[in-house]
Amino acid sequence: MPSTRPKAVHTSLAKTPTGIQGLDEVTGGGLPKGRVTLVCGSAGSGKSLLAMEFLVHGAVRYGEPGVCMDFEETEEKLAANVASLGFDLRALAKRKKLLVDYVSIERNQIAETGAYNLEGLFIRLAHAVKAIKAKRVVLDSIEALFSGLADSTILRAELRRLFRWLEDHKLTAIVTGEAGTSTLTRHGLEEYIADCVIALDHRVTEQISTRRLRVVKYRGTSHGTDEYPFLIDEEGISVLPVTSLSLAHKAVTDRVSTGIPALDDMMTGKGFFRGSSVLVSGTAGTGKSSMAANFTRAACARGEHCLYFAFEESPSQILRNMRSVGIDLEPWARKRLLHFHAMRPTSTGLEGHLASIHKLVKRLRPSVVVIDPITNLVSASGVYGVKSMLMRLVDFLKVEQITSMFTNLTFAGDPQERTAAAVSSLMDTWIVLRDSRPNGSPRRELYLLKSRGMAHSREPRELIVSERGLDLGHVPAHHAPATAVTGSSASAE
Amino acid sequence: MKKRSARKGRPAKSGGGDFWRLRLYIAGQTPNSIAAIANLEKICEDKLRGKYRIEVVDLLEKPQLAKGDQIIAIPTLVRRLPPPVKKIIGNLSKSESVFVGLDLQPVR
Repeated sequence: MPSTRPKAVHTSLAKTPTGIQGLDEVTGGGLPKGRVTLVCGSAGSGKSLLAMEFLVHGAVRYGEPGVCMDFEETEEKLAANVASLGFDLRALAKRKKLLVDYVSIERNQIAETGAYNLEGLFIRLAHAVKAIKAKRVVLDSIEALFSGLADSTILRAELRRLFRWLEDHKLTAIVTGEAGTSTLTRHGLEEYIADCVIALDHRVTEQISTRRLRVVKYRGTSHGTDEYPFLIDEEGISVLPVTSLSLAHKAVTDRVSTGIPALDDMMTGKGFFRGSSVLVSGTAGTGKSSMAANFTRAACARGEHCLYFAFEESPSQILRNMRSVGIDLEPWARKRLLHFHAMRPTSTGLEGHLASIHKLVKRLRPSVVVIDPITNLVSASGVYGVKSMLMRLVDFLKVEQITSMFTNLTFAGDPQERTAAAVSSLMDTWIVLRDSRPNGSPRRELYLLKSRGMAHSREPRELIVSERGLDLGHVPAHHAPATAVTGSSASAE
Repeated sequence: MKKRSARKGRPAKSGGGDFWRLRLYIAGQTPNSIAAIANLEKICEDKLRGKYRIEVVDLLEKPQLAKGDQIIAIPTLVRRLPPPVKKIIGNLSKSESVFVGLDLQPVR
């Protein structure tokens, strides 16, 4: 398992926070203060949005007014574009917190006769910066100059001068650039940017889109070279930092009930560790969702918030089904202790799911998270992808001290069973449920295959699901133990 | 701006009937700016004598004017009249290109 990935480390370099969720964590505090950062990516990858968020958050949260020289959109269009994110550019402009200057370059209007420079642009920028005492600047996208002006020798010299000018005036700036075919940007802007380069990417595979962000270069700061998934939604951009596994979270001794007293008994009478991850796998109809619902109910009864991600059934279906086995979740849903979030596995890529789980968890701050089931994600994205997604998810939940339960549907003799084995290595506790027919009468059996860090009973038990809820019974001693594999024998497969 | 000259009857106009309003944007007395002013005056005297007006705008003094005519390069010459608006950037040292850029008819 890839365990310790480098996390962004703080250095003496001064940083300017972007205010974009996750990006400041990934960069160890934000963009280099008083320097120029290049944000590049293909059309629609979110460059302009990132740049605008940098300005708006700067103006609203950090008291740093900002100027946007926009080479593509008029002031009106830009204001309309970001209005859906709740940004009111006009109000900010009125309060002198933000200034947009639309720069229109139409080549067919312009003839070139003899030497010139871009002093006009400098003067406009200086004028705007002075007018609102700006600390932040966005040039989006400066590459428009290349299509507007024929003399690229002059242009390149002037760009170099422009970036130097920004730094001389201690402005923290973002310039955007269109992705090129073999270079980061079409016109090689990266050559002029020494301090920080961020690349955005938008991929669509099998009709599922995934956005990723990569810190290509960040002078003076060690940064993860990973690609970080990010999301664009009604709140703008949020980047998912990949935190280092196993180091960040402190081990807890606090326990939470499984919701089944007899199962708690199997774990020295106390249940799961708080903040641990639990996998419940089993074939169809063995009671996985019931276990999850029961666990959820117990948490709600303690007054804790639960977030239940349903990938298979609608919340109303789950409520109905659970009521039939004596688990009434509706009062908790009404009390807003229990939050359901139904998602279709194929609605977005894994990164997208991970991102929205992240966001909801951050917002609702639950004590318990249930993902029911992860199986559908596997069918949509494959085992490897799911494993790495779950690794990050489990890690994130751990850091937040949230106890998580994942259900996984397995089919006897199917590769899916291997999924459970692969994923189980990430989990602290693994409960396997299966059907058996010892004497022709069907019975559900529960095995506590592993539970890290605590003494636990390995005795197979009968899982009794009735209208009175869940309970465990004893399996006659002569019955053969589980054939499910774990640990080294699982990886040997 | 277009409307103002419309009364004169545009379809009938010939190259010689128009009045030329030119605005030259500079930023301080740089060699390029000084050259541009000199080049422009010479061209106008040669081709447009009595039918032109040149207004020189120094953006160091009036930076707020840069936005209106979408000025990025210095020097920039803007032909405000006759319409349509045209822009020429550079120190106007290549007079042939200036003729073309300004749509100046060759003098018969």
